[in-house]
Amino acid sequence: METLANNYSHIKGWGIDADPKNDPTYPMRNRAGEDTKSYDWQRPTQQPIDIEVHHSTERPNVSAVFGTSVPPSGLSGMLRRYAFKHPENQYGRWLPMLLADRINVVEGIIEDFKTGKVPNIIAEKGMKADWQHNRSGVMKKAAVAAFLVAAVVAWNMGKKSRD
Amino acid sequence: MLAMNYRGPLRVRIDEKPMPKIEHPQDAIVRVTRSCICGSDLHLYNGSMPDTRVGMTFGHEFTGIVEEVGSEVTKIKVGDHVLVPFNIACGQCVFCKQELYGNCHESNPQATAVGGIFGYSHTAGGYNGGQAEYARVPYANVGPTVIPEGMDPDDAVLLTDVVPTGYQAAEMGGIQKGDTVVVFGAGPVGIMAARCAWLFGAGRVIIIDEVEYRLEFAKNYAQCEAYNFREMDDVVQFVKETTDWLGADVCIDAVGAEAAGNAMQTITGRKLFLQAGSATALHWAINAVKKGGIVSIVGIYGPTDNLVPIGNVVNKGITIRANQASVKRLLPRLIEHVQNGILNPKGLITHRVPLEDISDAYRIFSEKLDNCIKPVLIPPSARI
Repeated sequence: METLANNYSHIKGWGIDADPKNDPTYPMRNRAGEDTKSYDWQRPTQQPIDIEVHHSTERPNVSAVFGTSVPPSGLSGMLRRYAFKHPENQYGRWLPMLLADRINVVEGIIEDFKTGKVPNIIAEKGMKADWQHNRSGVMKKAAVAAFLVAAVVAWNMGKKSRD
Repeated sequence: MLAMNYRGPLRVRIDEKPMPKIEHPQDAIVRVTRSCICGSDLHLYNGSMPDTRVGMTFGHEFTGIVEEVGSEVTKIKVGDHVLVPFNIACGQCVFCKQELYGNCHESNPQATAVGGIFGYSHTAGGYNGGQAEYARVPYANVGPTVIPEGMDPDDAVLLTDVVPTGYQAAEMGGIQKGDTVVVFGAGPVGIMAARCAWLFGAGRVIIIDEVEYRLEFAKNYAQCEAYNFREMDDVVQFVKETTDWLGADVCIDAVGAEAAGNAMQTITGRKLFLQAGSATALHWAINAVKKGGIVSIVGIYGPTDNLVPIGNVVNKGITIRANQASVKRLLPRLIEHVQNGILNPKGLITHRVPLEDISDAYRIFSEKLDNCIKPVLIPPSARI
């Protein structure tokens, strides 16, 4: 091993954390005995549940703390409530959630307009950075988009004249 | 306060939002001094993580100065400059007692499969994150760690996720002296995993990606071999050939759901969401590791299913190890490594961006523009 270490003397810290006991059959878990058996640990103080918080059907309760960032609301909220009726291992839990996420985007735009804010989607997408660092890429995308629009318009005009 | 505001896939902006408040006796409020955009934030940014709600603030890698503490907080005090591990952990549940701080059972009501994570959708607890001027930090007696005197805040902020995740990726690999380790993904975590593989005595470290500037960076930073899979006929074939036709002793998936390199995986995983992200890197890892080898997964996938060659796992007798990094468990050793100059986390930072320019920062990072490896966001109060 000395020879092996010499081969790597140019790499700072080589082998400093080597652990021969850490082979695939050596468990990472540091079992603590009795406390691994059940749901009987001393729970932290419960955070007051004063907003709508869902909990997974695969646990009996709300965890002692939880995030309060965006409680469910609107149509997306209804879908989320439906999704939380399903266990985590079922598609019923996750597919409605993805749909809710997409609906939530539309709700977000409506909410922006309702509060007098016009969303600047170009700025939100960081297009300024794209233009600054990837100008040719942006122009290529713009050219492709322009070509597709022109093709659709030409096809429509041709269709009208044929009719 | 100013805070990042998610508006939908590929759309984020900075907005005025209400200040966070103490909601639990073990909470603290910190004034953020640094926060990063992580590769795993891109799963949220791209809209691939279920239950990512419009209006949420992302950010699970941050440092800050304690502004206020709840009545049960004893381990940190107002004025302390702390680094905040990305895991929210109670320290009391059966999993925390086993030092599985990434698997706490008292921090996420919404899903049992993942513990609470700052700013990482409601699937990970619904917490706002640190890409803001202020953040609420639950269980302040457990996670937040006072930044040692003299430590650069840029080093400290990378100890909240990137360094421990890269280190744990290597640790879970069970690397033995002289082993060949292949890391898939030359993002910040992959580069750190490659660097840390040497600490465990690897004999050869190879990193594989498609982005040339990142490979070049990895080669210098982690002193490893770096290869572009776009220049290969077949990645697995390449690994087999370069390892005397046996495969690598250890393969690390440091990519997760956004992987490129396989059209079928990309279409079904990233475009159609028929699986929980593209499992290309994991697929390669399983096929490129030698029989009886170890696959270590730190790349993040969504909660549904992925297409991977599980038959090969059985037939090759592979051990798979995976987890969210247990940051608190690893911090003492990693702080030591940083202080002794063994690890240089801030060397990964290529972009220091004002918090107000967050939309551009996300674009630069996600599109890999301007040779970006790791962007750090700096709020106005930390720029004075």
